[in-house]
Amino acid sequence: MANRVGMEVSVAIGEVVKLANADVIAAYPITPQTHIVEHLAELVANGELDAEFIPVESEHSAMSACLGSAAAGARTFTATAGQGLELMHEVLYIASSMRLPIVMTVANRALSAPLSVWGDHSDAMAVRDTGWIQMFTENGQEVIDNILCAFRIAEDKKVLLPVMVHLDGFHVSHMIEPMLLPELAEVDRFLPPNQYPLPLNPTKPVTMGDFAPPVIYSEAKWAQEVSLRGAREVIDRCWQEFGDSFGRHYSAVEGYHNDAKVLLLTMGSFSETAMTAIDRMRDEGGDVGLVKLRLWRPFPFAEIRKAVKGAEVLIVLDRALSFGGLGPVLSEIRAALYQMEKRPKVVGFVGGLGGRDISVAGFEEIVKRGIEIAHQGSPQEFETFGIRE
Amino acid sequence: MTKPEGELTWRDIEIGSIVTEPGNARQYKTGDWRSQKPTYDFNRCIKCAICQIFCPEGCVNQNDDGYFEADLYYCKGCGICAKECPTGVITMVEEKE
Ligand code: SF4
Ligand code: SF4
Repeated sequence: MANRVGMEVSVAIGEVVKLANADVIAAYPITPQTHIVEHLAELVANGELDAEFIPVESEHSAMSACLGSAAAGARTFTATAGQGLELMHEVLYIASSMRLPIVMTVANRALSAPLSVWGDHSDAMAVRDTGWIQMFTENGQEVIDNILCAFRIAEDKKVLLPVMVHLDGFHVSHMIEPMLLPELAEVDRFLPPNQYPLPLNPTKPVTMGDFAPPVIYSEAKWAQEVSLRGAREVIDRCWQEFGDSFGRHYSAVEGYHNDAKVLLLTMGSFSETAMTAIDRMRDEGGDVGLVKLRLWRPFPFAEIRKAVKGAEVLIVLDRALSFGGLGPVLSEIRAALYQMEKRPKVVGFVGGLGGRDISVAGFEEIVKRGIEIAHQGSPQEFETFGIRE
Repeated sequence: MTKPEGELTWRDIEIGSIVTEPGNARQYKTGDWRSQKPTYDFNRCIKCAICQIFCPEGCVNQNDDGYFEADLYYCKGCGICAKECPTGVITMVEEKE
């Protein structure tokens, strides 16, 4: 039986990484991820978790140490946020290209300048194309459940790719929430030991991270793309089996009254506020619903098309700007729906930047304005929410 | 290597492009990069091995007469050996092929 606990989500992350029996944690502290690695450092220091904790001098080094650790076949965990994720950037590509099953939680944080330690999705969007499996979570329970799933997916022999579990900085990372923390025996049943097939081993030498001239680079990259797409099957099966074992169900795209004519699309913790707003609007007779995008990479094209197929208006909220372009989620959704014969009008908003809240009333306003734009158009490619004129 | 690189498909590549056959860099013909090659006037050679030590490619070997000579399969033609040779044995000449 699971233990019902009330604790800070960051601390619960440390506890679940302990339950997963990670071998190596290499991390550098950065707000709002700090409590995660502090708690893990404590668990290792007082002997509760038998792991190597490598206190590195930067996030670039953190991810580099994770490469070595995962290459040696160790179960490897790290966490970062905002600027830290950016400092890791080039190494992120190497982790996925070398097919190293590293699990990382990102306590999503805005990017400087001006300096902001608060949450939005700018950091996640900046690493969109790094080849990692990426999923978004709404609350503490979803985070810890998906960390267990992340280890299992990453280390699956058919996948062997790193996984990022995104949680909103402060909005989730620093909340004290009631959560069900599984028992060790349950985790052991769900999560098989990590068996990296070609680890660094002096008795059977291999070369990792070698170079590829033009004659072979394209084939190497395509093999990587095929592996990321192919991971979908394993991800879905993992969520299915997690649901069977623990009774909590996850999928790439999750609908909430998504048979409605007007749909909102959100990612991360704002989905919870949006659900409350949807409830209120439905109570007043509104035909509105919500689509929550959990799996960001590999992008669930077919499920998105299916989730919105009956809708007339789809309002997409981005918590990041793609300077000079559309919101990253908006452009992806538009592209996904383009080939549908009958598709909803897709309206985009950017809001909730740098820790700015969007309240229930705020989501109601977004939906109202979204419907207006869908019918009358807008002078802009997308609109912002809550920015003072 | 089982197949030459140019014949491998994406399906043939190990996970993460890992190379499982140790030492196969030996097959890589870096001599293709060369635009100049070293030529030798061994009459002046004192067999000091400085050219061998300085060669960044590690491709200078002793021949049957004990003279030090570049293996042109690997020699990149950088000219370092010619520059370092204390007695002026080595002259770099334009690669004609
Ligand atoms: S030219 Fe350069 S690579 Fe060739 S033998 Fe001399 S030092 Fe070595
Ligand atoms: S450096 Fe010159 S003298 Fe010395 S071994 Fe090489 S070719 Fe001969």
